This record gives sequence, structure tokens and C-alpha cells, in this order.
Amino acid sequence: MHEWALAEAVASAAIRIAKEEKLKSISIVNVSLGELQQVDVEIFKFALSEIKSNIPMLKDADFNVKIVKAEFKCRVCGYRWTFRREVLNEEVQEAIHFIPELAHSFIRCPNCSSPDFEVVKGRGVWLESIVGVK
Amino acid sequence: MADPRISIIEERLRNIKHIIAVSSGKGGVGKSLVASMLALILARKGFNVGLFDLDFTSPSTHLILGVEGLMPEEDKGVIPPLTNGIKYMSITYYSGKNVSPLRGSDISNALIELLAITRWNSLDYLIIDMPPGISDSTLDLLRLVRRVKFLIVTSPSKLAFETVRKLIALLREMNFPIIGLIENMDMKGSPYIREMAERLRINYLGSIPFDFALEDALGDVNALLKTKFSESLMKIVDEIYN
Repeated sequence: MHEWALAEAVASAAIRIAKEEKLKSISIVNVSLGELQQVDVEIFKFALSEIKSNIPMLKDADFNVKIVKAEFKCRVCGYRWTFRREVLNEEVQEAIHFIPELAHSFIRCPNCSSPDFEVVKGRGVWLESIVGVK
Repeated sequence: MADPRISIIEERLRNIKHIIAVSSGKGGVGKSLVASMLALILARKGFNVGLFDLDFTSPSTHLILGVEGLMPEEDKGVIPPLTNGIKYMSITYYSGKNVSPLRGSDISNALIELLAITRWNSLDYLIIDMPPGISDSTLDLLRLVRRVKFLIVTSPSKLAFETVRKLIALLREMNFPIIGLIENMDMKGSPYIREMAERLRINYLGSIPFDFALEDALGDVNALLKTKFSESLMKIVDEIYN
């Protein structure tokens, strides 16, 4: 239920931004989830629906969740490749789920075997935008 | 638009009374030992204590405390397991014995992730074992955990103290409180570090003699608590907290 902690973070950030923007209520929250994080979207959405029901400013909000495919670029040879969860064992999937940076412990550049690569996209959780009523 | 994890960090740390970063300008001065033993001593005094190993690329507190076979429980985040009376969090739960070659931005992201998802709940003290120096982890901690206080460790070496001087300058410039300075691995009883601390108006908390028995006690908490290192640190802790 690590998803719950991330959902709380999204709710907290949405409220903070709404207050900064002087919104009375929030109607739409657009969230991007990096594929590398391997968040269970159903659990994440369930957590959001539970959390929002206790927060007046957020209770009528719709959450749009978009998954961003993970892509890596090797800093040594420049090779680009995508994340393939299925080639990793369960323990490694779990480690990367909790701390996506541990991709550097378990994944190597398919071209030159370097662990020094960049996660070009598809890492983390991002609050893209919110829509609300002033 | 925004990284939502940062918004929840303050909430995650809300019920922690004191957050203490054990820090130094240089590696190899005994930060991890001081942090681990400080957590252990405070826990033995009956305080509710957490220990967070923030040295992601070279973690060692798990080896000092002999932590094996534990994993955080998942419950709306992750709950650090209890070891020797300490709530203990380390990247090694997930990385195991694998190397973690992380660049600065990766270290920042991993730090934010763990601060956002770890549920410490109520603590009297959260002790943070910092990596050496004043780069990403230190700057991120200063950015994200505004009420952290610093306990600085140095060896008697002039080289180590030069780097500590820079750490002190940074913390002062950014208005972060410094609890004081511990001189570790003292072999000659030189007054140099004490005098430098006085000159910089830093609280010199005491010295810990070089302890040849320490290496053999690593991983065995009961043996560690019987070392001269532990005895000296207990005196320092008593002076700080009595």
C-alpha cells in the first residue's frame, strides 16, 4: 500500500496549490505516474477516492491518471532503451517500485553494460495540473 | 507542474520532536558509528528513536547494528522495522548487497521518495546518518527538513577539520542550529580541535579515544555498548541531554 502514501502526497500538493491559487474547490486533478514506479493504478485511484472524501475542497474532484512509459539513455555510449518489467524478478521489481533509483542497482545498459544511465522519462509521480472554482 | 511528494514530507515528520543529522565534511571520521550508537544509547535511555541511513551509495549502519532479515511493513506507506529498540530505515532493505551507483539527481529523488513514504509516526529523536560532505544529500536535507539540527563529527586531523569548517560555515549561513562538535579517534590528546571549536564558537562536546576493540564489536550491539567508544559517547550524550 505504498500507493496510499503517494496518493496522500498528490492530495496534499493539490490542496497546497489550490490555496495558492485561491480556489474554493478543486474539480479536476491531472496526475502523471512514471512507469518505473510500477504503481498499481487501481489501488492508487482507490486511495485517492478514499482520501478525497474526507477533504471538502477535494471531495468532488476527478483524478485523471496518465502512465508515462519509462525510457533510459546510457551516459557512456548514448544507447536508448525502454523499461521491461517482465525481465526482472519479483524482488527487483519490488525494490524499484519503492525506490525507482534502484534501477541503477539492477539494470544495465543493454549495449555497453554501464550502470551510468539517465532515466529520460517515466520516473516518479507528477501533479501536472489542477482545475478548480474560484 | 509539481512533485507532490515534497508536499507530504512535513506531515510525515510532524510527530518527531527532534531531528538530528550526524554530519561531517569528510568520510571515515566515524559518523555512522556515532549516529548508530547515539540512536542506540538514546533508545536504551527509554526514548522513542528512529535511525535513517542517508548514505545511499555507501550505507553502513546496518552492518554496525547487525541488521539482517528485516523488511519495512507496508501500511499506507512503509513502516520502519524495529531493531534493538530503534525504528530503522535504510536503502539496503531494497538494494541488498548490490552496488547503488547514484548521481546527484538520483540521490535527491531517492531521498524525497523515502521521506515521502516512510511513516515514522511518533518519535522523540530521529537520527540521520549523513553521507560526507556538503553536496546533494546535505543540501536536500536543508531544503526539505527545515527543523533539522546538526551534530558534527571530526577526527583530530587538520584535514578533516578543514572540511568541517566549511560545513559549519554553510550551516551558519543558512541559519541551521549546530548542537556541537564531537572529536572522534583521538590518539594524542592534542588540543587542536578543541581550540578550533572555541575559535569558531562551536560547542565542543568531547573527544572519543581511538578504540582498537571497536572493529571486532561491529554487528554485535551488546559488544558495541561495552566498548570505550560507547562509554565516551554515553558521557557526551549525558552532558547534552541532562
